[in-house]
Formats: sequence, structure tokens, C-alpha cells
Amino acid sequence: MIAIIDYKAGNLTSVVKALRFLGADDVVVTQSPEDVLRADKIVLPGVGHFQSTQLLEDLKLTQGVREAVAKGTPFLGICVGLQWLYEGSTEALGTEGLGHFAGQCERFPAVFEGAELKAPHVGWNSLEEVRGDSRLLRGVEAGSFVYYTHSWRAPVSEDTAAATLYGGAFTGAVERGNVMGVQFHPEKSAETGLKVLKNFLEM
Amino acid sequence: MRKGKESFAKEDSLLTKRIIACLDVRGGRVVKGVQFVDIVDAGDPAELAHRHARGGADEIVLLDITATHEGRGTLLDTVKRTAEKLFVPFTVGGGIRSAEDAAAVFDAGADKVSINSSAIARPELIGEIGGSFGAQAVIVAIDARRGVNGVSDAEVYVSGGRKPTGLRVVEWAREAEARGAGEILLTSMDTDGMRSGFDCELTRAVSEAVQIPVIASGGAGSAAHFAEVFLSGKADAALAASIFHFGVTDSRVLKGEVARAGVAMRLPC
Repeated sequence: MIAIIDYKAGNLTSVVKALRFLGADDVVVTQSPEDVLRADKIVLPGVGHFQSTQLLEDLKLTQGVREAVAKGTPFLGICVGLQWLYEGSTEALGTEGLGHFAGQCERFPAVFEGAELKAPHVGWNSLEEVRGDSRLLRGVEAGSFVYYTHSWRAPVSEDTAAATLYGGAFTGAVERGNVMGVQFHPEKSAETGLKVLKNFLEM
Repeated sequence: MRKGKESFAKEDSLLTKRIIACLDVRGGRVVKGVQFVDIVDAGDPAELAHRHARGGADEIVLLDITATHEGRGTLLDTVKRTAEKLFVPFTVGGGIRSAEDAAAVFDAGADKVSINSSAIARPELIGEIGGSFGAQAVIVAIDARRGVNGVSDAEVYVSGGRKPTGLRVVEWAREAEARGAGEILLTSMDTDGMRSGFDCELTRAVSEAVQIPVIASGGAGSAAHFAEVFLSGKADAALAASIFHFGVTDSRVLKGEVARAGVAMRLPC
């Protein structure tokens, strides 16, 4: 069973639809820590404000996810779901992330190298420096395009599986062991996105 | 990495410009008119949406062009059928008057909604939809017509271009952004359907006034027109409908030509 965590941060229809299209029959949209603990895989989607991840703590889902990933359940965070894997975000300073990955998410700079930088970053941008050992990005070549829509971003670190450039490099995908995240929307990134989701389903 | 780091530093913004295929839908069929009248049938929405996505369109927009003035609800069945196997961003507009209307469209599979007349009638609607579904899910569509002094007094129209509102285009775009719109879809009714090029001057005025992406619409007739609205109009995306429907060109060919003109494009293999 694949548990898709619903914490009232946007529309989950597209993610569910893409997973079912790829052959996942047993997809459960849930707010229950029990579902998270018994799931074979966990997906944390989410768009909008980092503040909304507070509900994960309130519903004891944070603890559920901690236990599930500790026993090896593959976990995929999407968009704000990736950001939540870090220590926190300047978007909501009082709300803690899972802290699985080091660093804090920050807003795109208003100016980069002397030029005004528009935010949000919306549209198709490319994945670069794709890590050869990434299971999530297996078969995804550097230069592949994926769809982004966000104003905050995670820093590049040794756990970064692919970087994207906009106002400098940021983490497009992150992966360490069974815990993974993508800042882009794989469910909206055509063939490349479906490949990423398929890789996740096959773990 | 495809290129060296140094070349990235020089052109950091590798974000590509988007070409969006727009399907104007009436009665469950795709139609296209010239300046919002003289409507002809152009095919099945789901079939055309998939054809465009396969052909490399970066995004699909489905606009129910009759919903507002004939008081019909958005065609949820059409949306559902179109969204079923569509894995690129999918926007739906037309007849969305409330957060509940928007929720129904999202449930049917849309990623974003486009609101126009209803946002002008009640600007709070922008924040209401954004509050539940995120700002990225709300596009405020502006139908614009130049005034006697050109771009400087371009005015916002509603009801499919039938009613002037007295609002200035740039001011309304700024207000929409302040209220939480994720993108602006700017249609020039002076150029729409004419295939003589986008209104680049108007697009640039709006794009420079807001931080959020501006999608230019109205007037696409050739690859050169797209290149022009990206380079001189500063558009982040551009919408095209009739240019695709009748085999004028397909996205792959179009995008190749726009890329050769010096615009960053996503070119599917």
C-alpha cells in the first residue's frame, strides 16, 4: 500500500492519478499515522506555505514518518514535501521540518548577480549534476526538463541528487538511503516525471 | 552536467519560456473564433490536449468560453476526461465564480484555475482559492484592449470581451498579484485571432509591473511572433490556439524555430 499523506496543502488528485497510471493499485490518501506505519511506501506531496506542514506534527504524522523511515520504508517528498525534510524554512520560522537533511530552505534572492530575479520560479527547468548512484533518478539524464512552481528552495548539499539553476544552484532532488524528495512536480513533468515516479514505485 | 559552471553563471536563468496550447471549449468541443466571434469547430478536447502534450506543448489550458455569459457551469466531464492521462500542467477556466467551483475543477483533475470576470466582480476570490490550493493554482486572466492613448490606458474587459470595466490593465494586474494570484494570463483582444503577432508592448508593460509570470495571449501566427513576445515582450509564457489546431505547425517545430531565435525552450527528445 502506498500512503499519500494529506495535510490539506493543495490538490492531491494529480499525484494519485499519476501513481495509478503507473500501475499502483493500492493508493491510500490518509491523515493517519497508523497508515503511514503500515505503508510499503510513503508520499508527501504539498504546495503552498511551509506553515501547513505544522499539521503533520499536530496529527502525530511526523513521529509516524520518523518511525517508518527508520525501518526502511521508501519516502518521497514532493515540493513543500521535499522542503519539510530539511530543518526548516524561512517561510515559517516557528515550524520545524523533519531535519533528516541538514540546512534550511530560503526564498530565492530578489537580485542575483546584479540582475532582478523573478519569484516564484515557475516553469520547466533542467536537472543538472545528476548523481550517478541515485535510485530515484535512474535513467534520468542531466539536462532533462522538469516542471517547477515554488518560491522557497533547499540548499545544495552532499545529499543532493540533482541540482537546478535559478538564482544559483538549488536542490532539485535529494536522496539518502530510503528518504528522497523532489522540488519539481514529477506528476506534471511529462516523461521525465513519470520515470522518477516509476523508479520510486519499483523500490 | 551539460555545460561548464562558468557558462551557467553567465546565463543563470535556464528556466525555459513556456508554450501553452489553449483549447477554447464550447459544448464539449474545441472551437476557435476571430476576435471572440465567427466560431468554428476544431475537435475533441481530450484528443487535442494529448496531441499537444505529446508534441511538446509545455502546458495545456482549457477555457470554457461560453460559461460566463450563458451561466453554465464548467464542463467537469470534459475536464476529467482531458486530465485523465495528461502529465503536464493543466489549467481550466470559464464559469468559476466561487472557491467551491474551483474545488470541483481541481477534483476533476485541473492543476490551476483561470478566473476572469469573477475576480473582478469579487477580488477576494483570488485569495480564497489560493488559501486552499496555493497561489500557484490561481491564474488571473485579463482581457485587454488598448485605449485611445494605446498601452498606457489599456482597459480590462469582461464577459468574453463584451463589457468594458473601467479598470486599467497594469493596475488590475498589480492588484491581482497583491491578492495572491500565481500568474497573469494577458489576452489582447486587439490582436486575438488575427495571427499578426502578440501585443508585445502591452505584455512588456504588465510583465515589468509584476513579479509573477505573465502569459501572453492573442495574435500568435508564426514562430517569429513567439520569439518576439518572449524577447521584446518579456513574457514568461505564451498561449496559442488556432496556430496548432489546423495543422499550421506543431509544438515541436514551433519550439525549434523559437529556440533558434535565441529563446530557451524545452525541446523534448
